[in-house]
Amino acid sequence: MSEKVKFTIDGKECVAERGQNLVDAAADNGVYIPSLCHLRDVIPAGSCRICNIKNAGRIMTACTTPVEQGMEIENDISELNDMRKAIVEMLFVEGNHFCPACEKSGNCELQALAYRFQMMVPRYPYEFPIKTPDTQDSRLWIERNRCIKCKRCIRTIKTEDGKNIFAFQERGHKVEINIDHELAAGLSEEKIQEATDNCPVGSILKKGTGFSQPIGTRRFDKEAIGSDIEKVV
Amino acid sequence: MTKKITIEPVTRVEGHGKVTIHLDDNNNVVQSRLHIVEFRGFERFAQGRPYWEAPVLVQRLCGICPVSHHLAAAKAMDVIVGAGTGEGLTPAGEKMRRLMHYGQMFQSHALHFFHLVSPDLLFGIDADPAIRNVIGVAKEHKDLAVMGVMMRKYGQEIIRATAGKKIHGTGAIPGGINKNLSDEEKDFFLKGDDPMNIDKMIEWSEASLDFFKDYHSKHKDLIDNYATFPSNHLSLVRKDGALDLYHGVLRAVDAEGKKILHDVDYQDYLEYIGEEVRNWSYMKFPYMLEYGKQEGWYRVGPLARLNTAEFIPTPKAQKAFEEFKAYTNGKPNNMTMHYHWARLIETLHSAEIIKELLNDPDIQGDDLVTKGTKQNEGVGLIEAPRGTLFHHYKINERDEITMANLIVSTTNNNEPMNLAVNHIAKDWMNGQSEITEGMMNAVEVAIRAYDPCLSCATHALGQMPLEIALYDKNNNLIDKKRK
Ligand code: SF4
Ligand code: FES
Repeated sequence: MSEKVKFTIDGKECVAERGQNLVDAAADNGVYIPSLCHLRDVIPAGSCRICNIKNAGRIMTACTTPVEQGMEIENDISELNDMRKAIVEMLFVEGNHFCPACEKSGNCELQALAYRFQMMVPRYPYEFPIKTPDTQDSRLWIERNRCIKCKRCIRTIKTEDGKNIFAFQERGHKVEINIDHELAAGLSEEKIQEATDNCPVGSILKKGTGFSQPIGTRRFDKEAIGSDIEKVV
Repeated sequence: MTKKITIEPVTRVEGHGKVTIHLDDNNNVVQSRLHIVEFRGFERFAQGRPYWEAPVLVQRLCGICPVSHHLAAAKAMDVIVGAGTGEGLTPAGEKMRRLMHYGQMFQSHALHFFHLVSPDLLFGIDADPAIRNVIGVAKEHKDLAVMGVMMRKYGQEIIRATAGKKIHGTGAIPGGINKNLSDEEKDFFLKGDDPMNIDKMIEWSEASLDFFKDYHSKHKDLIDNYATFPSNHLSLVRKDGALDLYHGVLRAVDAEGKKILHDVDYQDYLEYIGEEVRNWSYMKFPYMLEYGKQEGWYRVGPLARLNTAEFIPTPKAQKAFEEFKAYTNGKPNNMTMHYHWARLIETLHSAEIIKELLNDPDIQGDDLVTKGTKQNEGVGLIEAPRGTLFHHYKINERDEITMANLIVSTTNNNEPMNLAVNHIAKDWMNGQSEITEGMMNAVEVAIRAYDPCLSCATHALGQMPLEIALYDKNNNLIDKKRK
């Protein structure tokens, strides 16, 4: 049986199931903890560190932190928000993100976070890395220029017998997303769509469908990222 | 001694223009050239990008008429996705695109005439630049200024409703459009509070035309003789010879009105059009292959369109067209300043077309996109506000663009703009050894008749005005003015 626990975020009293990760638990209580690599109900990767919160004075990633009774979490404070903004800025300079011509614009979580944190221009120098998209697949365009290495695709898109379709290649700074073309050929149309939708940025694209969603109806056209959570009480 | 004058940069002309003028011993003009000094390279940026991205990516080369690039690229992509050209789209797809285009034509022509050209007409070419500008117009001719601003706004709202944004939208996608027109939008444009409704826009378009005609009757010498010279004229026309700014076949007539390019399919434009590179300009010089580099150049834009078209398929603009044609006894009109007349007739036509489209139930249809068998190459042509615009792409089996070729309106008008500058240089500079303010603006007035917008021609960023440099026989710089 699941056990309910009480905790606070920035003083607000919350209730959740013990052991639920803090990002999801907060959301259920109408509190937005900014996150990027995390996807609800998927085993967290803890890789982006946008969800940094303070628990008993220590900074830790909320998506990998299970809720405990009596926790006093700090979330919406300038120290953390500036850190989050800095991470967003680093992600921008580390890839080649040209929002004006990107079909994910308006649906992109990285862009939406940049707006939420009011990023005007990154404080770090652009790296302009040279990346080559993988365009070989008949249905998917892998736009490596924009990959933020969140591993959502690796974690969520598998064959029916559980084999990975996506994987990282190389290490450290050189890490690149790769796709197994043979296995990808067996994916259903729904899975192809899911891969595209799960990618927080415009790195996995369903070929030939870009821009079919009109401006004004895209996910973040009218509301900032997280405001759907903040509306629910 | 030959002397050379350089005029650079051009104000109220977007992009960086430089004019050099060479004089002989008696300070007579031997040669003048309009140099476009930036290079932007969108054709290269497009390579390796997915084909469906082109309409959104390539429009970024222009902030004044991005819709033209958006639609020209989308038309090329229609061919690539197997939706065919023009007629292949669904009624909603085609009509929404037309609405977007005529909305853009309307706003761009209004901007061109009211903001950029009217100061020259109202205050005179050599008037003090401190008053000869759009602020001066706003102060002394408030009614005209208000018309200009609101007509532009109306057109921009049309663009927003069709493309999603006023500038750099995403509405046109390969094979169609991503939205139809909602009831709300339709009502807004048809029945909005004055002046934001189409009937007011038609009324104002007629008023602007009357303003020009009145001005013309009082300033015949300026309007009829300013940089006037014969040329060929090229544009799209509808298959039946009607003026059509969105789609059609490619036609050219010579200065006497003889058809010299016979309503050809623009997919084959390379069989008819060549581009000459001259070492002193980044901007190429297009010409009709059949007639060669010397004879084959042409004008494009409003004047050219009214010379190639046989009629205008809306009643008020057709009446204005008949009057326009009668002025030259039915022959092609070769008067540079008549670009403005033609532009205002097109403005009226655009408003009439917008009204037709708004009342057309097809535009609210739900069937938005057509797809067919994928092709590896496509050409999209459109009549942009300033003239014929060519987009040509090739893709590979991975959907990557491997080749992009753009011939923009300004490039198509390169030779005529050079000739116009030449005329003005001779009229104003012969016998002079110093560049005057009037001379500077006289050159700009000629360029502005064609194009306030050099930026897209070599795909250069931002607004950069004009420099004129004057050189003597031995190529020594004797005067240089910049603004
Ligand atoms: S491709 Fe997309 S989902 Fe996969 S790791 Fe990169 S950003 Fe994340
Ligand atoms: S969302 Fe928690 S580390 Fe990325």
